[in-house]
Amino acid sequence: MSRQLLALCTLVSGLYFTSCDQGFTSEAGLGELPEVLDYNIHVRPILSDKCFVCHGPDANKRESGLRLDTKEGAYAALKDQPNVHAIVPGDPASSAVYQRITAEDATMLMPPAASNLKLTEREIQIIEKWIAQGAEYKKHWAFVPPKPQPLPEVKQESWPVNAIDFFVLKQMESMGLEPNEQADKARLLRRVAFDLTGLPPSLELQERFMSDDSDEAYAKVVDELLTSKHYGEKIAIHWLDVARYADSHGYQDDGLRTMWPWRDWVIHAFNENYPYDQFLTWQLAGDLLPEHNVEAILATGFNRNHKITQEGGVIDEEYRIEYVTDRTNTFGKAFLGLTFECAKCHDHKYDPISQKDYFSTFAFFDKVPEKGIFGTFDASFADPPNMRITDEYLEDVLSFINKKDDDRLDVMVMKDSVGLRTTHVLTRGNYDAKAEVVYESMPKAVMPFDTTRFAQNRKGLAEWLLSTEHPLTSRVFVNRIWQEIFGIGIVKTAGDFGMQGDLPTHPELLDWLALDFQKDWDIKRLVKQIVTSATYRQSGEVTEKKLRLDPENTYLARYSRSRLPAELIRDMVLASSGLLNSEVGGPSVKPYQPDGLWSAATSGRGMLQEYIQDHGEDLYRRGIYTFIKRTVPPPVMLTFDASSRDQCEVRRLTTSTPLQALVILNDPTILEGARVLAERLVSTETDDEEKVVTAFRRIVCRYPKNEEHAILMGYLKDLQLHFHENQEEAKAFISVGEYPKSKELNATAVAALMQVIHTIYNMEETITKS
Amino acid sequence: MDKEFLENRFNINRRHFLGKAALGLGSAALGSLLVPDMFSGTSSQAEKLQAGIRHFAPKAKRIIMLVQNGAPSQLESFDYKPLLHKMHGQDLPESVRDGQRLTGMTSGQSKFPLVGSKFAFRQYGQSGTWVSELFPNIAKITDDICVIKSMHTEAINHDPALTFIQTGAQQGNRPSMGAWMSYGLGSENQNLPAFCVLLSRGKGNGQGVYSKLWSNGFLESIHQGVQFSASEDPILYLNNPDGIDMKNRRKMLDHLEALNAQGYEEFGDPEIHAKIKQYEMAYRMQTAVPEVTDLSKEPDHIIKMYGADCLTPGTYASNCLLARKLSESGVRFVQLYHQGWDQHNNLVGEMPQQAKDVDRASAALVQDLKQRGLLDETLIIWGGEFGRTNYCQGKLTDGNYGRDHHPRCYSIWMAGGGVKGGITHGETDEFGYNIVKDPVHVHDLQATILHLMGLDHEKLTYKYLGRRFRLTDVHGHVVNDIIA
Repeated sequence: MSRQLLALCTLVSGLYFTSCDQGFTSEAGLGELPEVLDYNIHVRPILSDKCFVCHGPDANKRESGLRLDTKEGAYAALKDQPNVHAIVPGDPASSAVYQRITAEDATMLMPPAASNLKLTEREIQIIEKWIAQGAEYKKHWAFVPPKPQPLPEVKQESWPVNAIDFFVLKQMESMGLEPNEQADKARLLRRVAFDLTGLPPSLELQERFMSDDSDEAYAKVVDELLTSKHYGEKIAIHWLDVARYADSHGYQDDGLRTMWPWRDWVIHAFNENYPYDQFLTWQLAGDLLPEHNVEAILATGFNRNHKITQEGGVIDEEYRIEYVTDRTNTFGKAFLGLTFECAKCHDHKYDPISQKDYFSTFAFFDKVPEKGIFGTFDASFADPPNMRITDEYLEDVLSFINKKDDDRLDVMVMKDSVGLRTTHVLTRGNYDAKAEVVYESMPKAVMPFDTTRFAQNRKGLAEWLLSTEHPLTSRVFVNRIWQEIFGIGIVKTAGDFGMQGDLPTHPELLDWLALDFQKDWDIKRLVKQIVTSATYRQSGEVTEKKLRLDPENTYLARYSRSRLPAELIRDMVLASSGLLNSEVGGPSVKPYQPDGLWSAATSGRGMLQEYIQDHGEDLYRRGIYTFIKRTVPPPVMLTFDASSRDQCEVRRLTTSTPLQALVILNDPTILEGARVLAERLVSTETDDEEKVVTAFRRIVCRYPKNEEHAILMGYLKDLQLHFHENQEEAKAFISVGEYPKSKELNATAVAALMQVIHTIYNMEETITKS
Repeated sequence: MDKEFLENRFNINRRHFLGKAALGLGSAALGSLLVPDMFSGTSSQAEKLQAGIRHFAPKAKRIIMLVQNGAPSQLESFDYKPLLHKMHGQDLPESVRDGQRLTGMTSGQSKFPLVGSKFAFRQYGQSGTWVSELFPNIAKITDDICVIKSMHTEAINHDPALTFIQTGAQQGNRPSMGAWMSYGLGSENQNLPAFCVLLSRGKGNGQGVYSKLWSNGFLESIHQGVQFSASEDPILYLNNPDGIDMKNRRKMLDHLEALNAQGYEEFGDPEIHAKIKQYEMAYRMQTAVPEVTDLSKEPDHIIKMYGADCLTPGTYASNCLLARKLSESGVRFVQLYHQGWDQHNNLVGEMPQQAKDVDRASAALVQDLKQRGLLDETLIIWGGEFGRTNYCQGKLTDGNYGRDHHPRCYSIWMAGGGVKGGITHGETDEFGYNIVKDPVHVHDLQATILHLMGLDHEKLTYKYLGRRFRLTDVHGHVVNDIIA
């Protein structure tokens, strides 16, 4: 199939899925059927979505013994009618599938009415044409190892900067789209600074970059940002979502835990640019390495970040199974991009993961000497197995841990007790319904787990993941880095590369990136490749034509503007106002939060009944260090779509709600930032214009346009008058926040400038990567 | 239409600015320019709230769910079991227990002494519904309510059981019932969230609540339950900062909008429109929410109905009155939690106080809606997450006893919203241990609630990570017998 066709198909399927989610299907604009129909691209999405529930991989729920997810199943004679075949290649009319999906008799029609599923006319046509063309089955694209991809030829040869651009441009051209111009330098700098460090560029960096006219100016800035200590913090945010990191145990009593040294390790690992193979191996199996490695053992905390109950009276085994389940599901989603959880209670309905496969994977994580119920309330913050962070370690191998007191510090880590227990398939997933005994293995449809090559433990599992022929590991990670930078992955469903997931919008690019990344697993190199591409550097302008042809920007013919993630909104305010405490790591902190949220919800047990706010410098730490109590997560973070860290999350939604507006309008954190920046500027010997322009540049990181300038200056004059006439209001307004106030400053001047700055903080562009 | 309006508006504003004309259109004009229903999601998201998704004619338009968090004992409220008095102190026959798993709190007990209610029961109303003396006011409305004695669940601990009844799954971050309603039906009021949550706490043994109980799960965050608090900020960050009044705020928003209009002119990004609308909605909420949460203007006879407590913010009574106001204003789903119902030990000491907290206001809510003609379209649900054992937890003494968790049966009641009044549905055996007639599983209850709202629980789905999720998972049957 030509790439053009593929491109068209992927766009079509993307649109299709979007509308289908809502039960509405728009056939308009889909046009003619493609000349050649491809199983993976055109047919499987339909069969999977509409047929596999009853005629798919789940052997126990298979109706009439018929399966349509394999060639053998579909071509075979029907169990109850030996002369009839579900699919007769080349002959739709003789194929029972076609007869049944077009049946006029409602009792014969497939899918049956009770399923609430329905095929559209177009879907029926696709199946018909595919059968007529020979009904060729293909292995699911994601289970076929990535193939080397030559750079495609493009018309606009001068545009590509690196390999990425050839693939992206090729598809744009096939759609009649042209790339946007490069973004203006100031916006590009702000964008890349947020993507690489999570912070706005300082005035100094802005000036340096703007005045550097050399060809390498941008590459130099990228290198500089990649070596910043804040790079690790930025990229860690996503990994903490994946690893469901939190500072409390979850469930109803929700006591304190001390996993933050593990979080410090993640930041350290990214800053040191540990290659992904090491990053992955240490977290999965750092305790099983041939040489005792304290740092690698700490990294295994990844698998202990799940919730743990402290509820009196729970059944121990029920919860222990829950934790192993969580690890298994997290493993599946984080490293394989598969919905393993769907195979716990029964065979997977769509993907070739049987229930036995599920529990064979489960077996890798089932050897931990642990309890289902946490020892005693807060007697220890780290239930065994755990490791003690000793002073000796802190001075040496674990010097990146930012420990601040002399208290004992324990972190939960992984450990295997060989022979501790056998793992069983659990019927319907119930902890007490033990069936067949299973041993460590992985679904063979993904890649066989060859026990002569791989040890049957987590170390073997890591090696399996990192085999050069593994179809998923590299693709899944590359896709998520892409997603974190562009907002949407090449596979939009970053957590589902299975049958029901979206197809890649740029399949060759994904393969190219995956194979390239696999060469050295160098994460910084991957990130740099992406942010230096011409694709990334495009402006965010949305023309009517592009909005019409490609509303979701699947084709990347522009930069997709996107709202900053929750943590970065906070960071942006702190950094631009000068309040930011740029310390890295350490115990999580408790900044301002409305009163009473924890006490209204507490069970009355444990150390976290009341929110005891921090003071001083701890109020100005980055968002990544805000304390996460799982049952009452930081409200501002949730409002801006942060994860509650209940379970592994590989993609945050980006929503826009009135509650978000209320936060930026009224949250003391933001108001305090405006106040402190206003005070700093009022105390400089500059005129009003310069003060406003400086504030704007610190926050929006560019010079205001004439119109903006006029609006802001006019507003400042109004406000100066207003607060002059209402001194009490001025004093009240500037009283916000604990940061010491400059007493000698004129309250009117501060209040007026503060409100102008606060208005700038509320601008759409301010909280957006533009 | 929407776009034209806003673009037009930008131009007006721009001319104003360029001509240094007076700023601002004033809030009234703004309101009329803006598209209603800001809680209906964002323009760029494929997932959108769809008012009108209803599958059949609804009986109810709104829901108020009164969650008695901790699991009130059915044996001291609605499920009268005289046999337990007769067999008081005797061991629960093994044949009755029939393999039921026990929580870790009683699994070590060698004896399971049956215990009869310390509180007297009587029949009330034309329906002859049994109610204990702990609930004298609910006893007066028995002809308006439907008691279900045959509820049962799968979980035996609070966290999973509450999560189950709210989200349809014991584990995992699924959308809560209110989030599903918001997703399926939207809001009737453009200035208030579709799903509101109110918390209160009694003096009894409590279990805590957690935000996942009102989570949007995988639905857009617009569907998340918005927690109201008893503090000065009824919704987080609702109030303007000190020194800023609404007039000042209005001016700020006008300038902000002018700045954002500049951004739109440059980028043409529809998200900028969405952002402007959200700020206007936030502004309107700042007026609408305090109006609805202000209980001070309620007349005396209403205060009397709910009890004097209702003037103390944060009490259950106050939350019931607030729930009525929110519901009356069109909030689709109001969810109350009253904590403190976990009577493992001191049931005799704690339960009367818990009942006193909620009895009068719960009944008042039903009567108040009825007198306003709103009960027919408002569904009230009162109940906990599971039941309590018919045997004593710990030592049975003359004066006191406690009851452990019991998933096999418990009682709830419903009123209004298309549910038959004056009936009792389902029966338990004479031990009050097993259901003998018309069991109602949690998924059945959920299916029925959706049905009453005009939604087919098998069709209200959301596809996430390749699977179509439902509130009722793959289970649930509508309980037609209780539908009027």
